[in-house]
Amino acid sequence: MPSLPPIRPEDERRAREGRGAGTFDAPAAEGPDLSLFEYALRLGDDSLILGQRLGEWTGHAPSVEVDLSLANIALDLVGQATHFLNYAGKVEGRGRDGDALAFHRDVLDFRNCMLVEQPNGDFAQTMARQFLFSTWQRMLFQHLTGSADAFIASVAAKAVKEVSYHQELSAEWVIRLGDGTEESRRRMQNGLEWMWRFIPELFEMDDLASEAASRGVGPDLTLLRADYDRTVAAVLTEATLEAPKDQRPILGGRRGHHSEHLGHLLCTMQFLPRTYPDATW
Amino acid sequence: MVAAAMRETETSRLWSVLETVPDPEIPAVSVVDLGIVREADAAGRRVVLTPTYTGCPATLVIETMVRAALDKAGYEDVTVETTLAPPWSTDWITEEGRRKLLAYGIAPPTPAGQRSVYCPQCGSGETEEISRFGSTPCKALWRCGDCAEPFDLFKCH
Repeated sequence: MPSLPPIRPEDERRAREGRGAGTFDAPAAEGPDLSLFEYALRLGDDSLILGQRLGEWTGHAPSVEVDLSLANIALDLVGQATHFLNYAGKVEGRGRDGDALAFHRDVLDFRNCMLVEQPNGDFAQTMARQFLFSTWQRMLFQHLTGSADAFIASVAAKAVKEVSYHQELSAEWVIRLGDGTEESRRRMQNGLEWMWRFIPELFEMDDLASEAASRGVGPDLTLLRADYDRTVAAVLTEATLEAPKDQRPILGGRRGHHSEHLGHLLCTMQFLPRTYPDATW
Repeated sequence: MVAAAMRETETSRLWSVLETVPDPEIPAVSVVDLGIVREADAAGRRVVLTPTYTGCPATLVIETMVRAALDKAGYEDVTVETTLAPPWSTDWITEEGRRKLLAYGIAPPTPAGQRSVYCPQCGSGETEEISRFGSTPCKALWRCGDCAEPFDLFKCH
């Protein structure tokens, strides 16, 4: 029977303390830049988990064009994840590459926002998630093109053009379904209701995000919020949909506290490399 | 002078080797036509490639194919490097590349300022987008209103 990697003492400690490996008082000169490692993980995990979610649609989408779209977006996201996670592994300096980080970490070690791990639901729910995420990611990447970290800036500059496509496509579907039939409208509204409570986490400035901002690696996310709200509101108006009421914000994904859905996703995603270590094809 | 001239000849020989490497998804054009080769320097013994799309699955295949072509031509000691910055853009597709794409039935990316997409079969500008995402990350699916043929458009990127 294949065995899972042992739980390491540092994982247990981190889980207890409810925070990631990134400590802001750890001087970079004395070892790996763990804050940068954590920051790259956040970026990479967002893309990886959403890419995996969208991959679940392959062969099941409402039409062949939509099937192609979702698979293409998934591919872009997995491409981003490959860059960010390989980089995280390099920064960490413990010999882990992107694959090791993707396939050999458990739920507590993932740093993605909770929005991206939410289940696909129906097509409207998937598009609600995509629209809320891609609108945010496009703004984030626009800022990251000026990151003080040259590698993160170069990935963002490359990916921002692709993310613009994701944002436009999902916005079009929100409008089409919202301003469509009674049923498509109801489904779109329900999809938004499900995803809405995960928006505040996108703009959360915890210690790590604040440090990244002070170092010029990442933006002050709170400054993106007004623009985000305006963009979302404009699309919802065109879609004749109502913005859901603000709900209790759900936070914690960035520090490894996830919804139950992530574990199930990882079971599928990690099954092969964990069951057959070093498998190649 | 002679040394400089020899270096130049050597570098153009290196380029002509690279011109024989087709894009794995669109074999009608070479990796040089697509602007994927950023640098080929015989003196510095290196070739620098840049990926087209972040998630393009052909990236690794292209690297492998370039490596194989270099080895076959006796350039085993030339290294193949990859760079992300500045990001690849369809502006780097050469004129030759655009011509080959068109002949292959793929509408080349529309230059800035050009609004219409022209059908690669009949040349009509009466065309419409069917799907913004196509069979590969770099292409969108279009249809001609005049000859009714569907066709791929190389997305402006």
